[in-house]
Amino acid sequence: MTHSRTWWKTLIGVLLTGIMLFPLYWMINVSVTQPTDLRRDPPNLFPVNPTFAGYSTVVSEQLPYLGTSLLVGLGTVALTLALSAPAAFALAKLRPVGGTAVNFVLLIAQMIPGIIMAMGFYLIFNSWGLLDTIPGLILADSTLAVPFGVLIFTAFMSGIPNELLSAAKIDGASAWRTFWSVVLPVSRNSVVTVSLFTFLWAWSDFIFASTLNRGGDLQPITIGIYKYIGNNTQDWNAIMATAVVASVPAAILLVVAQRYVAAGVTAGAVKD
Amino acid sequence: MSATPVTREKVTPSLAARGIAGGAASADAVPSGRRVRARQRRRAQLTAWAFIAPVVIYLVVFYAYPLYRNLDLSFRDYTLRSFIDGTADFVWFDNYAKVLSNSTFAPALLNTAVFTGVSIIFQFSIGLALAVFFFRNFPLATTLRALFLVPWLLPLLVSASIWAWMLNSESGIVNALIQALGGPQINWLTSPEWALVSVLIANIWIGIPFNLVILYSGLQGIPSDVYEAASLDGASGWQTFWRITVPLLRPVSAITILLGLVYTLKVFDIIWIMTRGGPVNASTTLSIWSYRLGFGGQSPDLSPAAAVGNLLIILAFIFGLIYIRAQRRLATP
Repeated sequence: MTHSRTWWKTLIGVLLTGIMLFPLYWMINVSVTQPTDLRRDPPNLFPVNPTFAGYSTVVSEQLPYLGTSLLVGLGTVALTLALSAPAAFALAKLRPVGGTAVNFVLLIAQMIPGIIMAMGFYLIFNSWGLLDTIPGLILADSTLAVPFGVLIFTAFMSGIPNELLSAAKIDGASAWRTFWSVVLPVSRNSVVTVSLFTFLWAWSDFIFASTLNRGGDLQPITIGIYKYIGNNTQDWNAIMATAVVASVPAAILLVVAQRYVAAGVTAGAVKD
Repeated sequence: MSATPVTREKVTPSLAARGIAGGAASADAVPSGRRVRARQRRRAQLTAWAFIAPVVIYLVVFYAYPLYRNLDLSFRDYTLRSFIDGTADFVWFDNYAKVLSNSTFAPALLNTAVFTGVSIIFQFSIGLALAVFFFRNFPLATTLRALFLVPWLLPLLVSASIWAWMLNSESGIVNALIQALGGPQINWLTSPEWALVSVLIANIWIGIPFNLVILYSGLQGIPSDVYEAASLDGASGWQTFWRITVPLLRPVSAITILLGLVYTLKVFDIIWIMTRGGPVNASTTLSIWSYRLGFGGQSPDLSPAAAVGNLLIILAFIFGLIYIRAQRRLATP
């Protein structure tokens, strides 16, 4: 009896998930639809007579954009880790005077709308010559992730037993040495969480890319899709093929690191 | 507070009285020990701040300074000439006056309120319903819950593009479905009455996973014996939900809603890709308006754009402060 009842729930669950993920199915379906069938009314529900022309367009036109996004994403991850992990170690374990104030500022910083940061950066980068450059984008994108990074690392590092740190100190390790050889290896999981989210945010960024990199030679993939939408609205199978490719990091993230994802979402919002 | 000096006064003479015999020796040892400890403490603080300094410098240069430039911009008349020679006249509150008296201001503020409010209501209630549903263990529950996260992880630009095509008037799947059921063709993205609804649908879809995950973790925090006691008392599922789940979930709910508010106020990508705030101003929010003034047209109107942005930041900060207060209250029950 209970067995049949739970299967009934599973059925509803599958149905709900299907509805929720339908837009993703539709993206894939449209990406392999023949351009001539795109305007069919009603549209084909299944990829009858699929074409991969959209994907070959992606390969021939979008590879530089994808490369730029990869570079920007990795750069942003490196910068975010380098800034946030040491600061979090101090905030969690070294009891600095004014630590609470720093935490408060970080919490506030997350709430600033992107458009406002973009305008400030536009003026600053204009005078520093960083407009339309990859370092400029890395710096701007890192502001999406550094406060989050510090908060996640602080939450995790507070849980490291003090005995571990005193043992390192007794062995004569400096604070930096303790951080590098003891704290960081123990915090591997939070390094993964922060890196994954940072990469994803930098990869997905559109507002900084579209304001700070309007005319550069190297533009990220979000701009690649945006240009497609603006220029040839007819070619939706190429747009959707690009969208599928741009979603690959999110898919990898979910498959490889599902438990980190849920942990990251929760830790960012509810502190223990 | 007032007790501290009194006890100290009491303690000091008695210490002095007791220490008469060995006074000479200890008077030498105590201060130097204290000095060593103070020096150690100062060194520890220096070390701690050496770790924090990069982030503080970063916050000043890449948060405070852009914000300052943005604020400064909103009080000046920044023109194309300003880009070249770097000068711009200080005009006090002219930009704010211009923005507030602009015919776009009222619809933009209203749209921001409607977009934020309706998004939150639907995201939260659907997220809560799903969290409660997935909390009952059934086969595949964990896997399906994980799949629900996908829309939240996708680049916003991708989600917005998918919805733009799905809601296309002639070739969209949504209209095909409605027409198959005998309904009319709806011009989702191009008619003033439906444009805001369209971007709302997309934004609610994107926000459901976030609400689901946080509320699910909130449910996990409710002790299971409370539920056991309720079922022993013969409470129905509906009663359990309203009498136990809802009240015990209140702190987590408050945080979910306030975070949702702060995030939804920032939403830009989805609306810009789907409708660009149009037709006319039908789906223009403050973020969209600010972007359009600054970067959307042929001639950048950065100063009024900054003024609109600063109005938005005031709204975000009000909600942000409420969020931080709610979180403090949660941390100290």
